Amino acid sequence: MKTAGTIIQVGIADMNIARAPDTLRTSGLGSCVGVVLYDLSQKQAGMAHIMLPDSSLARQKSLNRAKYADTAIPALIEMLEKAGSPYWKLKAKLAGGAQMFKAYGAGQLMRIGPRNVEAVKRHLHALEIPIVAADVGGNSGRTIQFNPETGELVIRTVNKGISVI
Amino acid sequence: MKQHHEGNLAIGDLQKDILKEVGNIGAGNAANALSQLIGKKITMNVPDVHLSAFNEIMELAGGTENVVASVFLTFSGDVSGTMFFVLPVFEATKFVQELVPEDFSFAEPPFSELAVSAYQEIGNIMAGSYLTALSDFLHLQITPSVPEVAIDMFGAIISFGLIEISRVADYALAIDAEIIVEDSKQVTETMRGHIFLLPSPDSLTRIFSQLGVQDV
Repeated sequence: MKTAGTIIQVGIADMNIARAPDTLRTSGLGSCVGVVLYDLSQKQAGMAHIMLPDSSLARQKSLNRAKYADTAIPALIEMLEKAGSPYWKLKAKLAGGAQMFKAYGAGQLMRIGPRNVEAVKRHLHALEIPIVAADVGGNSGRTIQFNPETGELVIRTVNKGISVI
Repeated sequence: MKQHHEGNLAIGDLQKDILKEVGNIGAGNAANALSQLIGKKITMNVPDVHLSAFNEIMELAGGTENVVASVFLTFSGDVSGTMFFVLPVFEATKFVQELVPEDFSFAEPPFSELAVSAYQEIGNIMAGSYLTALSDFLHLQITPSVPEVAIDMFGAIISFGLIEISRVADYALAIDAEIIVEDSKQVTETMRGHIFLLPSPDSLTRIFSQLGVQDV
């Protein structure tokens, strides 16, 4: 009998993996980017809620790898490989990176949303992981949920409703 | 003196009480200014000082996905940080309707430009009076930025205030003052909103030293 899966919540600066019928969800993405790596053959996926484009911005001794684009993507790949999905099977979808406030952000944090998106795309490209779909930029917050069974990413925004990529 | 930029935002009870008082002085002044603006009584609870993981900060004010109307600004000078004035959309609508005699709602776009700029001005007055009181109390120079309005999920909004802090730590300190607008005609219809002040980690050290209190 088919049972409904659990929704695994991924917090801000956090990551996790799931196997169908479980799904992955992260809410309240503003300038942050939600990146999903998935393997349809294994029906499993990983999701990270990234806050910053690069770990060189850190002024911290201990590094939370889920927080930065350059560290979160390799960390997700490691988790998925351990769970039986080699990285050459992985595909990516991403959402987020909005500019919630126009003028905000000086110096290193200027345009942080678009820069998060650029960084995620650059690292995926370098690892030759294809980006199948993306819903990025704009000025709306997003909540996303990924189904490893179908590879569908459901995106909810406050003012534009629900879309599936 | 220990600096707060090594991922260490830990504070003791005395420091927490001091920050509550900072919030009390600032938000109290802000509540008075808003009260004069709309001609209604505005009361305030003793502010909470949250030293919480980012996920918990995202859950304040009704949760990550709660739709709110917010005014956001940064401040700089001797101390720096971010500030948010947050009301649920229906309450923000009622609040602004006290000033703008136009039929509009923040619950659904397109948003009235006049209403948005009125709300921005409310945020400007709120932040100005909050920060002026802080500046006087601490004898420090504080300059606010131009405020901006966003109507969206609370998590998507407040996370902007966490970005700078996230370079240093995985948790943030938020001074959270709840304000309550009382309607003298309909006692049951009160509006509740939040004023959040997120000082940068370096600024905490400055605030404590200015008040002659050691860091923990």
